Amino acid sequence: MRQRSLIAITAALAAGALTLTACGSRDDDGGSDSGNGDGGGTTVVIGVDAPLTGDLSALGLGIKNSVDLAAKTANKDNYVDGIKFEIEALDDQGQPSVGQQNATKLTANDDVLGVVGPLNSSVGEAMQIIFDRAKLVEVSPANTNPALTQGVKWQTEKVRPYKSYFRTATTDAIQGPFAAQYVFNDSKKKKVFVIDDKKTYGAGLAATFTEEFKKLGGQVVGTEHINPDTKDFNAVATKVKTSGADVVYYGGEYPQAGPLSKQIKAAGAKIPVVGGDGIYSADFIKLAGASGTGDLATSVGAPVEELPSAKEFVANYKAGGYKEAYEAYGGYSYDSAWAIIEAVKKVVEDNDGKLPDDARAKVVDAMQNVSFDGVTGKVSFDKFGDATNKQLTVYAVENGAWKSVKSGTYTG
Amino acid sequence: MNELPQQLVNGLLLGSMYGLVAIGYTMVYGIVQLINFAHGEIFMTGAFGALTVYLYVLPDGTSMLIALPLMLIGAMVVSVTVAVGAERFAYRPLRGAPRLAPLITAIGLSLALQQAVWAWYPGAKSKISFPQIDGGPFHIGSVTIQTGDIFLLIAAPVSMAILAFFVMRTRTGRGMQATAQDPDTAKLMGVNTDRIIVVAFALGALFAAVGAVANGLKYGDIDFRMGFILGLKAFTAAVLGGIGNIYGAMIGGVVLGVAETLATAFIADVPGLEKLGSQSWADVWAFILLILVLLFRPQGLLGERVADRA
Repeated sequence: MRQRSLIAITAALAAGALTLTACGSRDDDGGSDSGNGDGGGTTVVIGVDAPLTGDLSALGLGIKNSVDLAAKTANKDNYVDGIKFEIEALDDQGQPSVGQQNATKLTANDDVLGVVGPLNSSVGEAMQIIFDRAKLVEVSPANTNPALTQGVKWQTEKVRPYKSYFRTATTDAIQGPFAAQYVFNDSKKKKVFVIDDKKTYGAGLAATFTEEFKKLGGQVVGTEHINPDTKDFNAVATKVKTSGADVVYYGGEYPQAGPLSKQIKAAGAKIPVVGGDGIYSADFIKLAGASGTGDLATSVGAPVEELPSAKEFVANYKAGGYKEAYEAYGGYSYDSAWAIIEAVKKVVEDNDGKLPDDARAKVVDAMQNVSFDGVTGKVSFDKFGDATNKQLTVYAVENGAWKSVKSGTYTG
Repeated sequence: MNELPQQLVNGLLLGSMYGLVAIGYTMVYGIVQLINFAHGEIFMTGAFGALTVYLYVLPDGTSMLIALPLMLIGAMVVSVTVAVGAERFAYRPLRGAPRLAPLITAIGLSLALQQAVWAWYPGAKSKISFPQIDGGPFHIGSVTIQTGDIFLLIAAPVSMAILAFFVMRTRTGRGMQATAQDPDTAKLMGVNTDRIIVVAFALGALFAAVGAVANGLKYGDIDFRMGFILGLKAFTAAVLGGIGNIYGAMIGGVVLGVAETLATAFIADVPGLEKLGSQSWADVWAFILLILVLLFRPQGLLGERVADRA
């Protein structure tokens, strides 16, 4: 009797937990409700991989919605004759292992001819090889680690590791130094405390920043690596205060950067925290609180709101009725999806209006020569698969929102 | 400026929070020898209970002076309900089953509670901000204390005093001690052990609720996963102090918090350890400390009181 109730209860709880998890993921799977039972047309699926739940979900949902908007726009205008676009969005939770599973899942679906994502460089690193084996094109709107396109030894000899990987975001090899120049030349800060979260993105960014900052004549008065799982940064904040730094550079993302900024200021160091595109989110401001005013972030490209080419995107996004904001990578995600659409269009047109049998490989080839005016400016890729558009912008927190301060391209 | 006093205060505050949550682990273990891995989630639901009171019960703009006690009550009600519910429906049916069974249930329950909050609490899919006490930080010499931390500084020792009084001086408390020593004999002596076990769960939840409110005030935001890491740390604190010993839980918490903070602050200054001194290594040092303590004192820091645990 006792044994039976034991089994029953354990089973019930396990089932409960599983159902809840499953419910959650189903909620976020949506996005494509246009069925493919419309006879004649061929359906092409654009995969999306991004963190749709968890700490980074604000950015991830912005990516998903923007890709969805691109697909819908292409369908509405019948942009590629006879082809209907759909999206399949998978949640990677910001975890490389989950991203890898998603990549396998997407490659298994023959209708998928291109994938937009992921958000995190560490996830991108895990997914690249799977897509490359399947000759499936991957366009990341947000990965900024240089090694993804130029190989691990990118500082000395650039070798492109995967032919199928492209990105519309610029790299940390540019972003870090760009921030260093702004902090040193424009903000006139000379003593920096560098903190990172040890992840591919954060550590890479902190390293390129440090190198340029030292080259300019700045002084690094302290370094720290934080554990992204914790939320108590008081010990680090106290160290920052006693170090006498006049600015903090943080390589990492907003879930840690927000509390970190708040605790540094609370500890009595009234100095700005500077970060990369990983902290350029409305959620950073929420987490950093009122004391976050004056904190800086660099982000890829020019501010979407200010680009004439982006007006239509912003208007359509609003009209699309998406619950979440398009966030830092919305414009890039739209452009990434649109690059796939353009490549598919080229492939279809070269094949008398039908998809060829080896469509995936053809799309990879076509992607290399894609060139169009996107939301974020001219979209095309260099021989490494990097965006040719190398623009960056510095943003500052003012009155509870990010305000663009300075746009430019990094010149080394 | 001398960094040490400030870092000690940082550690003390962090450790007090570990200690408050560790009490729940230690009491339940002391009485039923069960490691309640869902205790971190009992703590988490308490934080959401407090937030619910603030957001949905109190009128907008209620002064924190009035809101805080009510939020504390809200946190306690939710935490105790969850804990007692867990005891009744997840653990009691398994009493007498092999030790592993309730442990597995606890892990399942912990996941279920996290997912329930994630799925059903409005806005809980990412961090939610928690109401804050206004007012600038206080300076005592070179030490800065945040307004939000004052609650914790007062609540931790007061909670301990109340708990000590309850366990040592009240009838139920003595019943708890008896049950901890020998449940069967206690039952023969007329102690209602079922009731005692419920009380142990409820008491642990009360302190977790205090910790949850302190956590919200200290960091300014809460989320559905906040209980996991903190629960793990609190469990470590309980083991460090000698699991089953309520004073040990508090002392283990403080030792753990201070160790983590000092490791972050000063290990990098030790020649040869520069690379192992950052905050990302703090947990490693904390666990090295735990291993060392357990090597030389397997019963934990205050473990000699295990005989009359609780």
